[in-house]
Amino acid sequence: MPETLIQKILRARSADGPAASAGVGDIAICAVDLTVLIDLQFRHDRLDDVIAVHDPDTIVIVMDHAVPAPSVNDAEYAKMARAFAAEHRITRFYDVGRHGIVHQVVAERGLARPGTVLACTDSHTCAAGAFAVAARGLGPAEVLQIVCTGQTWHLVPPTIRYELRGSRHEWVNGKDVFLHIAGEYGDATGHAVEFGGPGVASLPMADRRTIATQGAEIAADFTLFPADDVCLDYLAEVAPGDDLAELDADPGASYADVRAVDLSEIGPMVARPDGVIGNAAPAGDLAGTRVDQAFIGSCANGQLTDLETAARILRGKQVAPGTRLIVTPASQQVYLRASRLGYLADLAEAGAVVTNPTCGACFGYHMGVVAAGENCITASTRNFKGRMGSPEASVFMASPATVAASAVRGTITDVREIMEAS
Amino acid sequence: MTGLRASGRAWVFGDAVNTDEMFPGFAMRMPTEEAARHMFDATRPGWPALVRPGDIVVAGRNFGLGSSRPVPLLFKALGVAAVAAEQFNSLFYRNCVNYGLLAVAVPGARGLVTEGDTVTVDPVAGRLVNETTGAAGEGTPLPPLLLDIVRAGGIFPRLEAAGKLRPRQWRRGPRLVQLRACRGARQGRPSLDGNLAKEVCK
Repeated sequence: MPETLIQKILRARSADGPAASAGVGDIAICAVDLTVLIDLQFRHDRLDDVIAVHDPDTIVIVMDHAVPAPSVNDAEYAKMARAFAAEHRITRFYDVGRHGIVHQVVAERGLARPGTVLACTDSHTCAAGAFAVAARGLGPAEVLQIVCTGQTWHLVPPTIRYELRGSRHEWVNGKDVFLHIAGEYGDATGHAVEFGGPGVASLPMADRRTIATQGAEIAADFTLFPADDVCLDYLAEVAPGDDLAELDADPGASYADVRAVDLSEIGPMVARPDGVIGNAAPAGDLAGTRVDQAFIGSCANGQLTDLETAARILRGKQVAPGTRLIVTPASQQVYLRASRLGYLADLAEAGAVVTNPTCGACFGYHMGVVAAGENCITASTRNFKGRMGSPEASVFMASPATVAASAVRGTITDVREIMEAS
Repeated sequence: MTGLRASGRAWVFGDAVNTDEMFPGFAMRMPTEEAARHMFDATRPGWPALVRPGDIVVAGRNFGLGSSRPVPLLFKALGVAAVAAEQFNSLFYRNCVNYGLLAVAVPGARGLVTEGDTVTVDPVAGRLVNETTGAAGEGTPLPPLLLDIVRAGGIFPRLEAAGKLRPRQWRRGPRLVQLRACRGARQGRPSLDGNLAKEVCK
């Protein structure tokens, strides 16, 4: 039987062996190839009660959500993470200074291997789907169980396929592609989302990662791209030496729905406040909306290319009076490269605040929380009511280019108006 | 099957209720019991104070959209006995199973229930019954694999029984103090928390 990408991966990693069936609706008990722990889960979880981990070599710890510790409590939990790493001899420990947002670290260290199963408690773990990895957010208790046993279960979901053609406009980002899909087609609750078609090859890994990351916002179980040349080239660069094979869905696989999307028809998009599902519009429709805070960062859009885009737009310009722009590189590696390439200087010169890498403002925890009555436009992952601070703030979501252009004008702006005007 | 069914007063919520509403970001700094008092601060302020132990939450489509934060712990802290929804976000549903909170997906659930009705949630049968009106809805019964987890009370008791997790029997008080106290007690060290340690780690 021809299979979708998620069926293929779950069957191959099934505890019953690769000959097992992975039909839609089956429960597959899978070996977990990599488990990534984050700082936050040392709080409600019981990791300090673990007697023995299943295999320390399949565990990675990344400090990302509350770093550097903004409170004594956070500092205490960070201490527990360090004690856990020492007790269980976990050598791949990305502590403050070597850290980044977990999904960025997973990507840039080449930890997402096509065809594998990855577990992490952050809901944007679907980000690794850009590398054809069966990755999804799991609760802290479940991740604890995987730490102890090395396996978990997955319900094989039906798949919605987006058949891409064309290539995206210069000022269009994976974020715009995602917002177009979320606005047009709504949620994918209980489904995997798979991308394919001739347009995929034109999408760089940065865009694929943004799209895969955001799959959580439409409630997709998994968000998957094929492991093609673009993917394997990326992995060969960040983690050379491994022999990796292409991986894609079988022709003729059965889908819950197939939807054609022409990338060349998508322009800059903005999600209105309180969620993205059926709630996005072309940036021009919201033009003129006042912006108090603009934010570029997160696992979705804190990548080097996102900072480059922002720097290019802001170079020689100023953030509008009455507007503040906060930029959070997604990892120490991004921060370092952006620094060497001069992007951070461009941003600071334009009046932006560049913070240390952290999940920070994206989840309203620290480094840029918004007040009641304020409008924020963010290139981060999520714009639920209250997500970035006060429940009485309005959080719009857009690409880094749209956010940067809006910061320059102080109002929501279609970036093409600024960059293509002359 | 005893213990795997719950009857209680219903609270009705809408579609795509997200985890940030249930467990606000700022509340993640707090111990579970305190965080529970901030459930729905942004969208239904004051709700936690109205909840009585044994109450049941009934919701619409895509219930629990969002993050993996352990919302079922907060529901349990308030005494919520079960949740029923027309459709669950799969991450949220896994969390319910894994933290031992009864959950059942029943299409049309919201149309069967008016807030304040008495309802029965039966995840094993995949059934929601409105005891006030007699209306009932059928959903998918809990698969045996997941039933085992719920029957055990969630993942933690199972891991303890399997000898993979050190048992802990404390229930109340600030989490951090408990951790310090338990650790002190395990290591046989006297500490400022010594008395508490005896109480919570016995």
